[in-house]
Amino acid sequence: MLKIDNLHAEIDGKTILNGLTLTIEAGEVHAIMGPNGAGKSTLAYVLGGRPGYEVTQGSVEFMGQNLLDLEPHERAAAGLFLGFQYPVEIPGVSNVQFLREALNSQRKARGEEPLAAGEFLKLAKEKSALLKLDPDMLKRHVNLGFSGGEKKRAEMVQMGILDPKFAVLDETDSGLDIDALRVVGEGINEIMRQPGKGVLLITHYQRLLEVVRPDKVSILSQGRIVKTGGPDLATELENEGYDAVMAA
Amino acid sequence: MTGTIELPTRRDETWRYSAVERLPGVPLDNWRTIDVASGDSFHDTLTIVDSDETSPTELHRWRVSIGEGARCEIFAVLASAEYARLEVEVTLARGAHFELGGITVGGRDTVREIVTRTIHAEPNGTSNQTVRSVHWGHGTGNFLGNIDVVRDAQKTDARQDFKGLLLEKGASVNAVPQLEIFADDVKCEHGASIGQMDENARFYMAARGLSPEMARRLLVQAFLGDALVSLHDEEKRERLMRIALDKVDKYL
Repeated sequence: MLKIDNLHAEIDGKTILNGLTLTIEAGEVHAIMGPNGAGKSTLAYVLGGRPGYEVTQGSVEFMGQNLLDLEPHERAAAGLFLGFQYPVEIPGVSNVQFLREALNSQRKARGEEPLAAGEFLKLAKEKSALLKLDPDMLKRHVNLGFSGGEKKRAEMVQMGILDPKFAVLDETDSGLDIDALRVVGEGINEIMRQPGKGVLLITHYQRLLEVVRPDKVSILSQGRIVKTGGPDLATELENEGYDAVMAA
Repeated sequence: MTGTIELPTRRDETWRYSAVERLPGVPLDNWRTIDVASGDSFHDTLTIVDSDETSPTELHRWRVSIGEGARCEIFAVLASAEYARLEVEVTLARGAHFELGGITVGGRDTVREIVTRTIHAEPNGTSNQTVRSVHWGHGTGNFLGNIDVVRDAQKTDARQDFKGLLLEKGASVNAVPQLEIFADDVKCEHGASIGQMDENARFYMAARGLSPEMARRLLVQAFLGDALVSLHDEEKRERLMRIALDKVDKYL
């Protein structure tokens, strides 16, 4: 579903991804763990197409398309969702307006009919309930004044509404308390644990992986994948640390 | 006033950033007088839009007198003419309120400006002015706001808030707030800031599937919204917003 081959990327001339190769099949949840500065967020941004992140070598194929040829909004319409580590506040734009425009832009790009206001609100309320987010927050401006935990839950509500084929979730668990972590983890399962969908889950901690059980775990270090294993690899990392596991 | 009116030059404080070269031949002494009687409420909007009736130079000079306890609300969108200027000189009596929401948008080498002189002549008056400017190309947007509080006008509460958004290199906005306060028990606030589009917000919106054009429209709409917040007539508010947004969309 997502095939990353020998990916090199740099920011301001500094190489961050250095020959990263990774394939994720449909139906697979693949966790990426790694020490600070390994390039985890860079990988997420490169997949999302953030300006300033320059791919110098390698390729990314997403559902048969060359992902790197697409503009960020075209990647979204193709079914890619990027969950932000730090969701952005947009004063003056309500969640409802933002998400409805976003969903209908995606539908239009795919040649589908736009969703009417009533249907959209129903969908938005349903997904808010799934993530236990007060539906009144949808009327508020995008992420403005939300707590860290609310921002992350709001990200997952967005994911639920947009219903992507593939999600790249960048430290969606950071800033969450234990209860919120469970809610978010179960939300990910509900929305993305489906045949034909895939998830790249970037995380620092084992805790989220107890709720969202990954099929595979890879370690990213110095811009490349250095080890891939089953879910046990995450436990091993938690117990022994990156240095010990990578040296083994 | 009799005799010849001298043409303003850029040396005149309130014409510093104006397209003064467009003034010859334009009747300068053509002031519209608005008298709001005590206790009354006056409301008007000015929109300068692309149409056959719009002249290359649109000069609108309004002299407003707001009576005791009366209220005057003016909302304006300056979105057309090579040079458009709304000038409001307003005098507030005891307990009067003046509300101004202004928007300038424009590209090429157009100049669009709002110039106010607010005179709090008696106690307990309140005024609130919010102006937003979005420019691109070599367009210029100006807000010059003078607030005078005379010695007797205690308990005056005057606010002025300006923000400029530059969509392209080459565009400019100028903000000149001026306060002259001779009373000692007053509140006067003013703020001015100028910035560009938030790139983080643009990428965030793109990552959710919004095209660059749609993301820009939403961000510009959010930016301009402040100027129309106190316009309670929803239909009018939407019409004014649409005029401004359509202008931005049309030229970018």
